Amino acid sequence: MKQIIFLIFLLAAFGFFGYTIHRLYSFLSKTKPLDGKVDNIGARIAHTLRVAFGQSKILRKWQIVAGAMHATIFWGFLVITVGTGEMILDGVLGTERVLGFLGPVYDVITISGEVFAALIVLAVFGFLARRYIKKPKRFIAPEMKPSSNMDATIVLIMTFLLMVSLLEMNLGYLLVTPADEVVGMYPITGALAGSFSGLGEGAQHLIFESGWWIHIVLVLLFLNLLPYSKHFHVMASIPNVFLMNMGPKGKLSNMQSVTNEIKMMMDPNAAAEMGELPPPSRFGIKDVEDASWKTVLDSYTCTECGRCTASCPANITGKKLSPRKLFKDVRHRMTEKGPGLAKATTEKPYDDGKSLFDYITPEELWACTSCGACVQECPVEIQHIPLIVDMRRYLVMEESKAPEALLSMFNNIENNGCPWPMPASSRFDWANHIEMPANLVSR
Amino acid sequence: MSETTNSPEMIQVQVPTMMDMAAKGESPEILFWVGCAGSFDDRYQAVTKAFIKILEHVGIKYAVLGPEESCTGDPAKRAGNEFLFQMQATQNIMILNGYEIKKIVTACPHCFNTLKNEYPELGGNFEVIHHATYLQELIDSGKLKVAEEGVIKGKSVTFHDSCYLGRHNDIYEAPRSVIESLKKEIREMKRSRSRGLCCGAGGAQMFKDAEKGNKEVNIERTEEALETGAEVIATGCPFCMTMMTDGVKHFQKEESVKVYDIAELIASARGLL
Repeated sequence: MKQIIFLIFLLAAFGFFGYTIHRLYSFLSKTKPLDGKVDNIGARIAHTLRVAFGQSKILRKWQIVAGAMHATIFWGFLVITVGTGEMILDGVLGTERVLGFLGPVYDVITISGEVFAALIVLAVFGFLARRYIKKPKRFIAPEMKPSSNMDATIVLIMTFLLMVSLLEMNLGYLLVTPADEVVGMYPITGALAGSFSGLGEGAQHLIFESGWWIHIVLVLLFLNLLPYSKHFHVMASIPNVFLMNMGPKGKLSNMQSVTNEIKMMMDPNAAAEMGELPPPSRFGIKDVEDASWKTVLDSYTCTECGRCTASCPANITGKKLSPRKLFKDVRHRMTEKGPGLAKATTEKPYDDGKSLFDYITPEELWACTSCGACVQECPVEIQHIPLIVDMRRYLVMEESKAPEALLSMFNNIENNGCPWPMPASSRFDWANHIEMPANLVSR
Repeated sequence: MSETTNSPEMIQVQVPTMMDMAAKGESPEILFWVGCAGSFDDRYQAVTKAFIKILEHVGIKYAVLGPEESCTGDPAKRAGNEFLFQMQATQNIMILNGYEIKKIVTACPHCFNTLKNEYPELGGNFEVIHHATYLQELIDSGKLKVAEEGVIKGKSVTFHDSCYLGRHNDIYEAPRSVIESLKKEIREMKRSRSRGLCCGAGGAQMFKDAEKGNKEVNIERTEEALETGAEVIATGCPFCMTMMTDGVKHFQKEESVKVYDIAELIASARGLL
């Protein structure tokens, strides 16, 4: 009976999760391909091990407390997920502690699971205290609405309940299982079990069964809530780090459509060779579907920690630009437009009369110095600059809109090969008078 | 010419251009890419000259494009004008490839980044070196011998990381090593290396007014540089040079705090200026 109820519940949870992921995939499938390829797998794995699994961009000495708390939760979840897998197997097969045959390995899993569960409980309190008492500066910004805070609090509370139910389940297991049949080792609940040995058999079974059910129901609930909150981060971060652009950091993408156009302009023969190329639908990014799927995945990965915004020189000096806000905007815009986009076809495109520019203003885009501090600080390797530059590309190349001074700069480069209004003929004038001591010249 | 008996004999440096060199059927070991700031900006022309004197001093066979050089297109690209960028790049690559250039040294991190990272896809494949790295190589190999002399003598120094040298290209140690060769310990700012704060000029900001805010980025950064108590702010970028110099003027410290490029520190220490 327990098996049947569990199976129905599991299928419903996985079914809904599958639906959610399929839905997100259908949104992403309407976006643009990556600039570059997902190659160099070895280097990607090494990078993912360091940044995602090693938490290298979280464990920084100037914010070591928050970093250590985050790493505790992350590493704990990795270990505990093994136990969750076992619970699902047990639930389906009607077994108990099916991985118990692993012996010493199972001991390691169960010991570290308990220790991490306890540490995670502490970390949850630490994070709640940070959020509500310390209130770090980077959590306070115009784009940080009460809902962002609530989102975080709900996930923290769920995490807390997950850990408490896990410990409760272990405690119940020790109470209902004869000592010589216990598999695994439980340092924390083992120490507590003695105090509960006086309870009746029914109560002991209730502790075990309720712990087991509460935990697994929360896990499956968690699985289905995450994709609808900023905490989709939990699932998207590792793939997002793995899929990042591994090319030179200072390199902006080359627009092949522009290269083709210039080639044809300069060499009519090349035009014949290339044949009829389909014109690009649009230069740059006007709306979410013009962005690469990676930019949209970036927006799903962002958990709004604000390290980018806290390091942004424009933001620090009071400009409207906040790198974090840009990715919240992309996500919100995709949530708004995605369902329509997913159904659209080439014959019947979808247009709701809005664009990403209803969320992100040119003023924000023109405040960026492309310094890369946001990218450097982002623990999940979100790449902010391509989004900003691609939106600038749309403004400049499609709408001929840019601050007046930049339009002059373009003119100067076009006419004189220099961003300042200086005649090209005087470019080499600096060399007219260079004097140095003769005895220090070697040639 | 003034006639002072004690000063050493001075000579005029004839900067070799690729055009002249190619006409003689010769090719240089390095091409010095001067850049727009190095060519036209009054202050940065001094850096260009300092670097030329270092090249003359070590006796390397070098050349410049001179009148044939043109903007790399970096500010256009970062301001979203990809078409203009690629027009510039295509034209520059044609000239560089025409001269069969293999190795380029530049004193501008923006030119450096574009030439190194963005030209290959358009057919321009060169070994591109920033002058910080090049100076470090000259010093490490013993070709350039320096001591604590010149403008830096007796002064404390801090180094401002340029974003396009540091964060974008991971060059943090070369400029520091150049400064340390002058027996100087760098007074680091609170935000340095990968956490360095931008001067405010990158991404084409150099050519426009800042967006509305409550402070200029260069003021924020200069404040931090002044907090170190350093009397010399060393940079390796023409835009940073402008922004930091303006910042120092804003605090009316131009008498006591000077902004120099690392090439100037070296040229001055070697008695070349």
